[in-house]
Amino acid sequence: MMNNNVIQVENLSKLFGDFAAVDTISFHVKAGEIFGFLGANGAGKTTAMKMLIGILSPTSGTATVAGFDVYKEAENIKKNIGYMSQKFALYDDLTVKENITFFGGIYGLTKKQIDQKRCELVEELGLQEVTNSLVASLPLGWKQKLAFSVSLLHEPKIVFLDEPTGGVDPITRRQFWEMIYKAAHQGTTIFVTTHYMDEAEYCDRVSIMVNGKIEALDTPKKLKENYNTNTMNDVFLKLARG
Amino acid sequence: MSISISNISKSYGEVTALSNISFDVKPGELFGLIGPDGAGKTTLFRILTTLLIADEGQAMVADYDVLNDYRSIRKSVGYMPGRFSLYQDLTVEENLNFFATIFGTTIEENYDLIKDIYVQIEPFKNRRAGKLSGGMKQKLALSCALIHKPKVLFLDEPTTGVDPVSRKEFWEMLKRLQKTGITILVSTPYMDEAALCDRIALIQDGKILEIDKPEAIVKHFPKSLYNISADDMYNLFVSLTNYEHTYSVFPFGEFVHYTDKRDLIDTAIVATYLEEQGLTDVQIAKTQPTIEDTFMELAK
Repeated sequence: MMNNNVIQVENLSKLFGDFAAVDTISFHVKAGEIFGFLGANGAGKTTAMKMLIGILSPTSGTATVAGFDVYKEAENIKKNIGYMSQKFALYDDLTVKENITFFGGIYGLTKKQIDQKRCELVEELGLQEVTNSLVASLPLGWKQKLAFSVSLLHEPKIVFLDEPTGGVDPITRRQFWEMIYKAAHQGTTIFVTTHYMDEAEYCDRVSIMVNGKIEALDTPKKLKENYNTNTMNDVFLKLARG
Repeated sequence: MSISISNISKSYGEVTALSNISFDVKPGELFGLIGPDGAGKTTLFRILTTLLIADEGQAMVADYDVLNDYRSIRKSVGYMPGRFSLYQDLTVEENLNFFATIFGTTIEENYDLIKDIYVQIEPFKNRRAGKLSGGMKQKLALSCALIHKPKVLFLDEPTTGVDPVSRKEFWEMLKRLQKTGITILVSTPYMDEAALCDRIALIQDGKILEIDKPEAIVKHFPKSLYNISADDMYNLFVSLTNYEHTYSVFPFGEFVHYTDKRDLIDTAIVATYLEEQGLTDVQIAKTQPTIEDTFMELAK
């Protein structure tokens, strides 16, 4: 059966001892969608995301990502997704050029493809002056934009972004979202977590996790209607502590 | 003045971290230093807490000079650095005891000051600090920074990476703390938190852009600002970016915030242009600038 869901999750759980970090969650994400994955610290977002990107095996339930099973086909998942987080994005002690070459290699691109991608990327982000500078020396906003581009090098079907804009200045934060919109417009599915509630408004649909469960999942507009508030921030405040 | 900063500059090699910074913080004031990563906030904190020496300028904290009276300052201030800096191998209670002891006091003596915060982590007092959740670490760090009853409290990005609910709780805690008369200098990259301060300084690239009360800072926004929405956010954004009269356009939650190069505009003309670009359900309404709008305009 064909469907256009690039992420399909049914009753997925992860237990650590007798603690359910993720407690029977079900949802799907459509191709080309910008899906916001929200929740308070400790709600289980990171654990859920780790299972979806194939680095943590679930306790029970099923999930497919880009058509591959998270239990049996984790390696195929890794080849078909991009990932960046605030904590891990690029190697600080490699140059811009070296990072691109390294990640291109990891993702299995040929030398010719890497060269071509590097030129495009450097041009698009205006990094001509700093290609041979260490990533450590770049401002955080530049790093995050570069990291996002690098996560797209192998043209993945889905890209997972874990708090990509934390601490980034307001202008760069918005430029980052322009890049997200553009990638989504070109058909890449975006799965993103954030603590900025204005960014939740930029998503097509948003889920809010509370204590391991998905408490709400809808478009920002519908969520605001359902919880009778004007902003996603108020929706979050109403939900996140039960 | 609780904090008095005049013409402070600091460079690291060729990188200018702070450039000729001056401002005062009054006793009992909750003063916010608002700016992104790399603006120079942490450098300023380190200078004021005597951990770093400025290249130029003077600063006084609690009436002591940061250079000559650094020992007195260290006794008079509490500092919660951006990175968790407690002892991960000590328990919650051991950490608190340790900080009380090195400042020559006891937990009991100043328990009133931290009670409100500490009760929330007291059930875990025998847990190692390294095993605490982010929110609990933050509460322990604040308790340790307060245990010697400082006159001035420095909080460097206490809420970065913290979810909106915990951020709200943290700020409610700060407001209660302020009532005890302590002076607080707090930095944050979250513009919505700026509204909760008595006064704020907007800082970017080592320079102060503006200092004022939060409600007054938005008056520095020079243009008329419009909320625009339509059925397709991406197309709306691209269309406005390409519009010849656009002065600035930024995504802003469910709207795009738009300013026009012309002083007076007929919104119907802008709406017509957008409809010509294939957009439907176009809504344009004048709106009040926020602190974030003001920051972006001043930072340009």
